[in-house]
Amino acid sequence: MKAHLMYKDRDFDLQKELPVNEEELIQDLELNTLFNAMALGDEFLLEVVKKAVLTSLNDPDEIRYRQDILKDCIKNPSTVREIYSIPLESIKNKRKRWLGIFSRYPGAILDSSIRMLSMFVELLKKLRHIADENADNFKSEGFRTFFSMIKKELDDKFFSLVEAHLKRLNFPDGVLVSAELGRGNEGTNYVLRKPNEKNGSWIKRIISPKQLSYSFYISPRDEHGAEALSELRDRGINSVANALAQSADHIDSFFEMLKVELAFYMGSLNLYEQLNQISAPVSFPVPLIPGKGKLSFKQLCDPSFALTVKHKVVGNNLEEASIRLMIITGANQGGKSTFLRSIGSAQLMMQCGMFTAAEAFSAEICSGLFTHYKREEDTAMESGKLDEELKRMSTIVDNLRPDSIVLFNESFAATNEREGSEIAGQIVNALLEKNVKVFFVTHLYAFANEFAEKEHSNNLFLRAQRKPDGVRTFKLIKGEPLQTSYGEDLYQGIFKAEKRV
Amino acid sequence: MPITFNQTIPTKAFSNQEYQPRGETRPIPFRSILYKTPKSQEEPETKATPKAPKTPNTIEKPETSNAPEFFPDLNLDQIVDNITAGKEEYNLKPFFYNSLSDIDTIKYRQEIIKDIDNTPLFQNIKSFAEKMIKMRRYLTLADKLYYKYHKEGWFLEAADLYCDAVTNLAEDLSTAEINSRGLMSFREYIQGYVNSEEFSAFIKETKKLKADLGTVKYSVLLKTNGGRVTKYQEEKDYTIEVEKTFEKFKQGAVKDYTVKLPTGTGMNHIEAKILELAARLYPDIFSNLISYSLKNANFTDKKITAFDREIQFYISYLEYITIIKRAGLQFCYPQVSDNDKEISAFETFDTALAYKLVIRDLPVVCNDFYTKGEERIFVVTGPNQGGKTTFARTFGQLHYLASLGLPVPGREAKLFLFDNIFTHFEKEEDIKNLRGKLQDDLVRIHDILKKATQDSIIIMNEIFSSTTLKDGLFLSRNILKRIMKLDSLGVLVTFMDELSSLSGKTVSMVSTVVPENPTQRTYKIVRKPADGLAYALSIAEKYRLTYDSIKERIKI
Repeated sequence: MKAHLMYKDRDFDLQKELPVNEEELIQDLELNTLFNAMALGDEFLLEVVKKAVLTSLNDPDEIRYRQDILKDCIKNPSTVREIYSIPLESIKNKRKRWLGIFSRYPGAILDSSIRMLSMFVELLKKLRHIADENADNFKSEGFRTFFSMIKKELDDKFFSLVEAHLKRLNFPDGVLVSAELGRGNEGTNYVLRKPNEKNGSWIKRIISPKQLSYSFYISPRDEHGAEALSELRDRGINSVANALAQSADHIDSFFEMLKVELAFYMGSLNLYEQLNQISAPVSFPVPLIPGKGKLSFKQLCDPSFALTVKHKVVGNNLEEASIRLMIITGANQGGKSTFLRSIGSAQLMMQCGMFTAAEAFSAEICSGLFTHYKREEDTAMESGKLDEELKRMSTIVDNLRPDSIVLFNESFAATNEREGSEIAGQIVNALLEKNVKVFFVTHLYAFANEFAEKEHSNNLFLRAQRKPDGVRTFKLIKGEPLQTSYGEDLYQGIFKAEKRV
Repeated sequence: MPITFNQTIPTKAFSNQEYQPRGETRPIPFRSILYKTPKSQEEPETKATPKAPKTPNTIEKPETSNAPEFFPDLNLDQIVDNITAGKEEYNLKPFFYNSLSDIDTIKYRQEIIKDIDNTPLFQNIKSFAEKMIKMRRYLTLADKLYYKYHKEGWFLEAADLYCDAVTNLAEDLSTAEINSRGLMSFREYIQGYVNSEEFSAFIKETKKLKADLGTVKYSVLLKTNGGRVTKYQEEKDYTIEVEKTFEKFKQGAVKDYTVKLPTGTGMNHIEAKILELAARLYPDIFSNLISYSLKNANFTDKKITAFDREIQFYISYLEYITIIKRAGLQFCYPQVSDNDKEISAFETFDTALAYKLVIRDLPVVCNDFYTKGEERIFVVTGPNQGGKTTFARTFGQLHYLASLGLPVPGREAKLFLFDNIFTHFEKEEDIKNLRGKLQDDLVRIHDILKKATQDSIIIMNEIFSSTTLKDGLFLSRNILKRIMKLDSLGVLVTFMDELSSLSGKTVSMVSTVVPENPTQRTYKIVRKPADGLAYALSIAEKYRLTYDSIKERIKI
């Protein structure tokens, strides 16, 4: 019995390896904010959504399969949460009632298996009931297949058979056992003393006043004594206990699988509701096959940023264009980094089958997303800053394939502007020729200007908007790089304020 | 859980009495191995008054348990982490977080560390410390235990160890060659303590009780519903008897059927019951044990336990630098001044980096620096990955370590006693902070300039590198001028060559490369004019990131 809600034809693999640049992506795109919003403190959800978001799909059909299921979820949130609560209830029951098969004694294994199975049966009935009541409200291929499987496999005949077994295995008339003597009637290596055999009987020695002694007794409830008796019974029921325990394990993993398959949708629902609450735009993106498609978006936001400030944030628009290189320049604190994150997040969200934080988003599927951000001084001290940046860049190049995307944020600024521009220029030119898309936030004027002068139709230049009075709008507008970043404004603002005081 | 010295968690071992020398008055009563005794002369050693009057040259600052702000930038956090690793129970970090502000206390400490460095006393103190650690573990254990006699058994073990530790240390100190004021007065204190009547009586009682308990021996007869305890009656080992009976059947080696039972300290209710009954068989010994532990509940001496903790400040540092010295590197006792800004250090190095390199058997490069006349600011330029940041850290570390009264890396050093160190190293962007990075930098630098005085040290690393060259130059120039106006000492690491010759207060230092191979750095920072050469592209080549290399590397 398979749920197949993440893929049409296979299970979601929790062991699947994350991309090599997992840490960079999470850090640079502030993905932990996104993950935490999806998981809402649930560690398991966190694990699954992290896996799902970072291990991107590359096939538009697979993406649409998930999108359809997620749309069903958004339409029927309470039903979906009810299904998800079944595996959770199983875990809760196990913990609450101390269910589990840990014992080294067959009698205990049998007992715990019976209790576990009885509990499972109740939950399976509940699942059937949900399917009976709600299946018609679901339109996606994934959910329709899922519900028809439940109805077929968990029919009334199945339930009556299981109940009959569980009754019989309680052995109301006792266990009949035959046995032989084996070896090992001696205990471990206790050091044994032979009592001194003095003249006279045992009773005489006890009452003898010479030998002072003190005795103690254990309570009849002490389990040690009772154990001996149950051992015989254990041998008889060993094999049936094993069979039953294995069955319990099978159902247990069915619930576990169900939980895994639904977790991504639970996380997406959580995120959907939070974005709705702060009136952030949400829409299902249109994935395009690489090479054919174009990039376009409307009111595109960085979801992590919106979730952090907890209100609607400035979005950016782009009319359909075939973009290979985007260079973003302009004022500090003008929304450049946020924009870069919004591009990266949207790409990842699209390629895991989720919605994006935009009124509309459409992009080519990429074969890999990479980020190259300026980092804090390397505390391992073994390399200088530029060296460290280039080392990271080299690792990225090792993993790049055509149709990948690289997001640069103030890269190669660790050296002077002239040399930084030279390095950046060589790298970007090579990447473009290899069909790698580049989004580059930079202060390197010489670098940005070199590309601006080429006036290639696949290149786009954006600038953080700054009104004549110096106020930032956090919106990006089309515009070629300018040669200052308004540092003088800030200097005057901060250092002159001091004099006024 | 090991007990710690943290003052907020009073433990049996440290909330105790202090031995009071009787009769004769001593010239320098022992106060602390870390600080001289400014207050003890005036104040009688009664209860510590809550608010001690602050004399102008107060030396004992309150212990802060927070690292100074500049610690991570200078990698001093790594240094202190390595020094104190494995010594958590002493809570030594606060000692390293509190720099000194007067020259004489620095000398007080230098004297002590000279007495310990490379002398038999070092090992003597270490073995004292080990006994004290064990003693505290036993006491903690005893505290946690539930059953009366079990508890007191561990308590007695602790007391016994304490007696040995203190007696041995007193003996060791009496034969050691001591020149420092601190250790001389401690020696006098501990000898007075050991020879006191109270301590002699305590030792005697402890040893007697241990011997008595060694004579207890009993047997238990276990049944299904209980057991019976008697004194040991010379019953024979039955196992040996049975083995003898069947010895004739023995053929060769046989399988071992022994089940490995878990071992460890602890006692269940049955074992406890048996012990209780055994104790009834030896009533005198056990009643002695009870009254012993009541009477001696707080047997440790406050000053000795304080010494045990504080001396670890020196011991831990010496252990740490010993590892570095093994690679042939030197440490020296710096000359520290609070008015002379002509400073110098020769064959010095970044201690945190050296530690890392030495334990991996890698070479360490040493550097020299000095200021003359009105020179104040080292402006460090030159190729990246050439040791510029390391130089900035070295400068800061050196001054800080000297201000703790510790030996510093180098053959010879003359350093300035600062009132504060300020650092500004490039920080990563943080989404939670909605102000732009440049603004942050400026606000932070503004803050530094407001707090800094002529006695401060200011270290800035690659500031304004995220803005345009034009902006960067404008801002850096203005900032540097302000620092020079303050007359503070400092280091500025930058790629803007123009800054290195701004005025007579700047000293230009340049990181260097091997002339015949520009990709190879020497890590030498030399005093010479900035030469405008950076070697960025050579590193790009090294990582195969030039246009041609990348095109080759990305496969369709």
